[in-house]
Amino acid sequence: MARTLRRGHYPGKLVIVEGIDGSGKSTQLDLLHKWLLSENYLVAFSEWNSSPVVRRITKRGKENKTLTPLSFSLIHAADFTDRLERQIIPALEAGAIVLADRYVYTAFARDVARGCSPEWVRQVYASALQPTLAFYFRVPLEESLRRILVGRPELKYYEAGLDLALAADPYESFKLFQARILSEYETLVQEFNLTVIDATQPLVKQQDQMRALVKPYLEGALQAKAGSVADLLQEEALLGRYLEQINLNKNGEK
Amino acid sequence: MTQIRYYGEALPGFNETSLPGKLIVIEGTDGVGRSTQIALLQEWLEGRGFAVASTGMVRSALAGKGIDRAKQGHTLSDSVLFLLYATDLADRLETQIIPALRAGMVVLTDRYIYSMIARAQVRGADPKWIRQVVGFALVPDAIFYLQADLPHLVPRVLAEQGGFDYWESGTDLFKGRNLFRNYVRYQTRLLMQFDAIAQEFGFRRIDANRTIKEVYNELRREVAAVVAPMKRTLSSHQ
Repeated sequence: MARTLRRGHYPGKLVIVEGIDGSGKSTQLDLLHKWLLSENYLVAFSEWNSSPVVRRITKRGKENKTLTPLSFSLIHAADFTDRLERQIIPALEAGAIVLADRYVYTAFARDVARGCSPEWVRQVYASALQPTLAFYFRVPLEESLRRILVGRPELKYYEAGLDLALAADPYESFKLFQARILSEYETLVQEFNLTVIDATQPLVKQQDQMRALVKPYLEGALQAKAGSVADLLQEEALLGRYLEQINLNKNGEK
Repeated sequence: MTQIRYYGEALPGFNETSLPGKLIVIEGTDGVGRSTQIALLQEWLEGRGFAVASTGMVRSALAGKGIDRAKQGHTLSDSVLFLLYATDLADRLETQIIPALRAGMVVLTDRYIYSMIARAQVRGADPKWIRQVVGFALVPDAIFYLQADLPHLVPRVLAEQGGFDYWESGTDLFKGRNLFRNYVRYQTRLLMQFDAIAQEFGFRRIDANRTIKEVYNELRREVAAVVAPMKRTLSSHQ
């Protein structure tokens, strides 16, 4: 029987995507996000490694290249736990659909590929909630590498797995590292019964499958009734001049 | 530390089974005099020809500043803070403590996983989870627990720190602005937790109600026994 994470009883739904770099998971989640918004659902979004409190520490460690497999794992667990408690759970309590780009399975795959003990990593993430739907975008290594490496982008140190000294060349190292992660993901698909999407299919087809699987969970989900600002502007013949000012101020704060 | 032992599973990518140095932990609650005793012991050990490294909680290059900053904002939950302390310890183990032990040094550490555990248990953390998370910690060669009671601690905290620290008073736990009352309640609970885990981890209790000199003399005797089998890195002055 497949293993499940901690069961929470919240009115909201948690939908997460997983997959190696270049599997197209973020694109698909973005499309799902826009669709849900267009249907007026209340959606919250949480991205891996984005806690405002913890991210600075992670960034320092990555820049200085001082993160080891152990501290890399722990700092990402701190980041996740912070987001779980401050973004994900409150939004689920409020009845929102929470979308997460990467979830604990990323840690289970990546930290173990780095040499951490599989059981220990699962223990560290003991507080994680079982998602309503966990999509795994399955793609052959060659295909994902082709998508990522076209144009020879600059690979970051940890992204390329250079800390593991698998190869001196960043591209070679990236390939070996991704292969390890991919094989960990494949065991996770079984262990946690992840919903597999064939990520070699056309984008639209993948999106159709996602929506079909999400739809049954939308019944009774909270919908925002505020309406579209764009429609209002058109109907009321306004330019929205000062709305732009609000956005500028918001961006200025960041 | 002749033979390496871990509380849980070994550090990832770490294959050594023994290290020539010694890891000595000084534990105890706020104001009990840990840092003073470590400073004295370090000087004494160095005078006897031992190479000494000292470290302490929240002093890692990686997470030390980040934790301090985050604490000021009072924005961290107990489990996030515990994971950050664990990150801090992992970084210090791998970049300070183990390299020093490998080089044959005596490592004196001001608090270790026991303070983390006591602190988390006071706040109701799952005892199993916190032990699993810090399972990567090396079992030290000796753990000296400086034990003092509140009537002895309070005057010291007032004299040396000029008042009660927000975090050491558990102000995140208790309502009310009476910092002294909060301090007493919090430290009482913390001392109970230290007491509860003393046996589990094999603390060597040192009565810290006594004078600095008396505590130092006992610690010095104990530490001398721990380091006795070691090779000294420098020739002694004596």
